[in-house]
Amino acid sequence: MNDNPDICVHPDQSSTLIASGDWRIDEAAALAVRLTSFSAQADSLDASAVGQLDSVGALMLVRAAERAGIAPRNIVLRDEQRPLLDAVIDASSDGEVEPESEPAWFIFLAHVGEFTASFGGNLKLFLGFVGLSLSALVRTAFRPRHWRITSTVHQMEQTGLKALPLVVLLSFLIGAVIAYLGATVLRDFGAEMFVVDLTVMAFFREMGVLLTAIILAGRTASAFAAQIGTMKSREEIDAMQTLGLDPVVLLVLPRMVALIFMLPILATAAALAGTAGGMTVSALSLDIGPELFMSRVEETLDLNHYLVGLAKAPLFAIVIAMVGCLEGFKVTGTAQSVGERTTSAVVQSISLVIVINALAAVFFMELGW
Amino acid sequence: MTDVDVSPEAVIRVRGLRNQFNSHVVHQGLDLDVERGEIFGVVGGSGSGKSVLMRAVLGLRPPQAGTIEVLGQRIDGQELERSRVRRRTGVLFQDGALFSSLTVRENVEVPIKTHYPDMPASLRRDLARLKIRMVGLSESAGAKLPAELSGGMRKRAGLARALAVDPELLFLDEPTAGLDPIGAAEFDDLLATMRQALGLTVFLITHDLDTLYAICDRVAVIGDGRILVAGPLSEIEEFDHEWVQDYFHGPRARAAGGASRSGS
Repeated sequence: MNDNPDICVHPDQSSTLIASGDWRIDEAAALAVRLTSFSAQADSLDASAVGQLDSVGALMLVRAAERAGIAPRNIVLRDEQRPLLDAVIDASSDGEVEPESEPAWFIFLAHVGEFTASFGGNLKLFLGFVGLSLSALVRTAFRPRHWRITSTVHQMEQTGLKALPLVVLLSFLIGAVIAYLGATVLRDFGAEMFVVDLTVMAFFREMGVLLTAIILAGRTASAFAAQIGTMKSREEIDAMQTLGLDPVVLLVLPRMVALIFMLPILATAAALAGTAGGMTVSALSLDIGPELFMSRVEETLDLNHYLVGLAKAPLFAIVIAMVGCLEGFKVTGTAQSVGERTTSAVVQSISLVIVINALAAVFFMELGW
Repeated sequence: MTDVDVSPEAVIRVRGLRNQFNSHVVHQGLDLDVERGEIFGVVGGSGSGKSVLMRAVLGLRPPQAGTIEVLGQRIDGQELERSRVRRRTGVLFQDGALFSSLTVRENVEVPIKTHYPDMPASLRRDLARLKIRMVGLSESAGAKLPAELSGGMRKRAGLARALAVDPELLFLDEPTAGLDPIGAAEFDDLLATMRQALGLTVFLITHDLDTLYAICDRVAVIGDGRILVAGPLSEIEEFDHEWVQDYFHGPRARAAGGASRSGS
């Protein structure tokens, strides 16, 4: 038997086409070329010489028949191949056409439009959620029976204690880099001693809180969004509501309260670690020993600087907790949406933290604090 | 498909299979033969290792001991042979396992593109559309993302992808789970039609008694880490084992079996 698939006009009757060989997916590419170059009108198609036939082959046979003006049902075929051909004919176009997808520029413009249109809605949603959570906080504050102590302590461990090594390490390194940078610039003026002012001021006033908030925005906001998002997609939130439990009290408040407590503590640790980093660099490359460093710190550092920095901490804590939880609640059924929301939580909380910090810096400078 | 050997030939042959997770032994000395052209059902209690068996046969999980041959090739053999076997098998996972970032039609095109990169794009598209219609979806469903489909439609789309390159052997993991009875019956019909049209061998894990009675030629019961019994349903129903008796003579089984017998 000839294995290469072919179609040709019957040598004796010009009104009959003969298909032969294996009409299979392996030969589909060659067969497609053969079919486009073959055009003959005929009354019948005899495919009984076809060896193996699969659904691609059947699809090609149907096409060949249609091109030659033969009804596909009239193709002559071996009996055992008949069910396949029938299935393919039955499945051939039901008239309903797959809609064409829009061009890329159209989709891009649509995305820009959707984003712009949703911006106001998202802002409203966020403010509404903050209001809802704060009112729940105030309501629960006077009812100790509704306090979720275990859950809150657990969140404190997760968001605070477990983040401590990371926060301390990163702050120490950045403190060292700032001191090193300061030393390079200030040495030219013979003002090495101001490295102490620079490091300490930077960390107690700005960097301690900001760095901690950024680390927590990456670490904790994403965790909140993923935890609550997974619960949402498994209908746990719905289950809570049918039991008369308030998801805001159960899930959001412990996280928010834990962050409000832990962020100032972490920020203080970060400030101390940053100072330690600066002290190390001063001792190693500037010959400012720890005693000298500390006495300079006593001269320059006001409690004011520390309090100005710390004042922002609760605000950052609320922003991070709110963004993380809200993005979690926005999750719809799929696992993909959990990923999208988690990313969005990190992006939003980091951006918000930096924007708020800039506004606060201007505010405090203008007030002269 | 036409020159199929009439004599029974084992498409899947498992000998002495042993699977364990740490100290928990799932399979111990499991033997199994699936013959060409049959629809072979595997049943068993929850946690009896049905899915682990399928994952082992598919080569997704290397067993601790034993040999597995699929289509005459050992699955722990050379990569070339394994890829040849993969081309001749299709798998439908429990929830379809469609790639979520691709549309249904693109999903169906993936195996065609992987195994037959030379095929012209227009033919590939037409073949994907054909498969989508063959599993009973409308052509407009091809442009949708998996997330936009209902559970039943996702299973059909998954079947279209599994059948994309006309495999000889089809693996189905609980194809009717999560479908309503009408949808499940339609899916059974669809499988029977596909088997007839494409000459498939089907390895099927199920809990659905209706599916067992409607389309399975042979059934294996898995329990105690091995195949307790394998054969036509009439033989299995008589098998003397507590779980088997409970399963095939419980109230639901009587309804399914009775419906099947009165229907045939």
